[in-house]
Amino acid sequence: MTQPFFVVEDVCLKKDNRPILNHINLSLSEGQIHVLLGVNGSGKSSLAYTLMGCEGYTSESGRILLDGKDITHTRITERARMGISLAWQEPVRFEGLPIGKYIELGASESKREKVIAALEAVSLSPKKYAYRAADQTLSGGERKRVELAAIYAMQPRLAILDEPDSGIDALSITDIARLICEMAKHNSAVLLITHRPELVEMADSASLMCFGSIIFSGSPRETSQYYQNRCEPHLNILGSQPWQISLNNS
Amino acid sequence: MGNPIKSHAFEQTSPAWAGELQSLMEAYQQAGGDPASFQMPEVATLAVSGDQVLVSHDIPGVHLYSQPLEHGVRVSVVVDDGTLVKHPVHLCFGVLPMEGIQRIEADYQIGNGAQVQFLAHCSFPNAVRVEHRMNARIHIGRNSSMSYKEEHYHGLEGGVEVYPYSEVTIEEGGQFTSNFAITRGRVGTLMMNYHIEAQKDALAELVTKVFGSGDDHIRVEETIHLNGENAHSMTKTRIAVKDKAISEVTTITEGNAPRARGHMDCTEIVRDQALAANNPIVKVSNAQAQVTHEAAIGTVNRRELETLMARGLDEEEAVDLIIRAMIRS
Repeated sequence: MTQPFFVVEDVCLKKDNRPILNHINLSLSEGQIHVLLGVNGSGKSSLAYTLMGCEGYTSESGRILLDGKDITHTRITERARMGISLAWQEPVRFEGLPIGKYIELGASESKREKVIAALEAVSLSPKKYAYRAADQTLSGGERKRVELAAIYAMQPRLAILDEPDSGIDALSITDIARLICEMAKHNSAVLLITHRPELVEMADSASLMCFGSIIFSGSPRETSQYYQNRCEPHLNILGSQPWQISLNNS
Repeated sequence: MGNPIKSHAFEQTSPAWAGELQSLMEAYQQAGGDPASFQMPEVATLAVSGDQVLVSHDIPGVHLYSQPLEHGVRVSVVVDDGTLVKHPVHLCFGVLPMEGIQRIEADYQIGNGAQVQFLAHCSFPNAVRVEHRMNARIHIGRNSSMSYKEEHYHGLEGGVEVYPYSEVTIEEGGQFTSNFAITRGRVGTLMMNYHIEAQKDALAELVTKVFGSGDDHIRVEETIHLNGENAHSMTKTRIAVKDKAISEVTTITEGNAPRARGHMDCTEIVRDQALAANNPIVKVSNAQAQVTHEAAIGTVNRRELETLMARGLDEEEAVDLIIRAMIRS
């Protein structure tokens, strides 16, 4: 693994005077897949929005560094142009915006080829989907795939994927796993928020979040074991959790 | 109708008007039309510049009549019973000078069991002070369908006043679809007024898309009476206004018969100092009828913006893309 190009240093975030993120530290290298685990409401999505620079998610203290440059106060567009992008957990719908056009927005060159390759990468037929609108007529699973295709076409330096697997059928998880590996192979770092064991397994590293703090970091196996042993017994306190993380041979 | 002018084929256009026709076709193209359609003998066409009919071309089962009026033309379109028109009828209305008035009195008689589509383009590319009035009376026969797609181009000055007025009667089992759009250039003043009467098993769909800027004033009034059993309707209005433009939308749907179903869907996006209002009115006089509505007025959704910004668009580009996608779809 190369030196980290993306570093989060002691980042804190408050909303309505309530602490949301507490002293978050994280670093990512090119091609690294890092999984973020944690119960609902533990701050995973808030961290994703903070790293992307979404409105209302500017850290109060700490720094976000890209290639050593402080980007803590840069806006979302600038961050995207520097190579950071986010796939939202529940992607919005765009009335009238063709999927092909949406996908090519972030692609820098060979846009048509990128669109075709990106749609094929998420197992959507370019012929069927490129001119269709990214609107309400898409199912939740289709829209998720389109979102991933858009990120894939960008080939960002850092792809933040917020539960790309939620609402997706089991068969599609294989497609998503393949896509994430493909992105990492092309040197994109992937920060993956997921609860799926199949996706956790393929990561290089993992962190566990609880009440806005990273309470454990290590290998995916260690982290999920920590979760099972230390968090699961307290789920009634930590919050509802419909899923279970259990890796093979754990 | 007295002294109708019948069927000038485009080949017969007087040489004196050839230059005018050429200019009108250029304007037609600016409004989104394809001038090649006017060269196809199998396509029924009508082109009116100011108060001059430059082209009027019939095809079997579709008859076009016209008659001069002060500042305009009276047009009658008759589609025979049972005629299934393969190619859309192309209509072009325009005023080419900077100033002028155009009044079109139009009658559409769609026979029983007929199917026809119209592609209408209205172009006023040089307008500084132009008034265009379109009074249409449309009668759609039993089990017939008529689709009317109308696209306008008003130039960049905002000096156009447009008054489209339509009275539509849809007989039993008939269908009427209207798509009206002004999405390029300025709007100027648009005062649109549609009245629809839908009989048993009839279907009406009205889609209106307008993008206003500067001091444009947009008023859309649509009234649908679902008078027949099982009559259905849908109105979809998409308007975006910026600068100091004003948009006022009033849609009225009345459910007056058993199993009549109506839905009104209006989205307006507002930017800068623009103003938008929506007034959906639901009237139901039969216990088995149902009419629903949804409306959203406001700025562009923040999540939509941020999603596009996370692809590298700046905020202005993202807003522009969202609006144009919405009104051009």
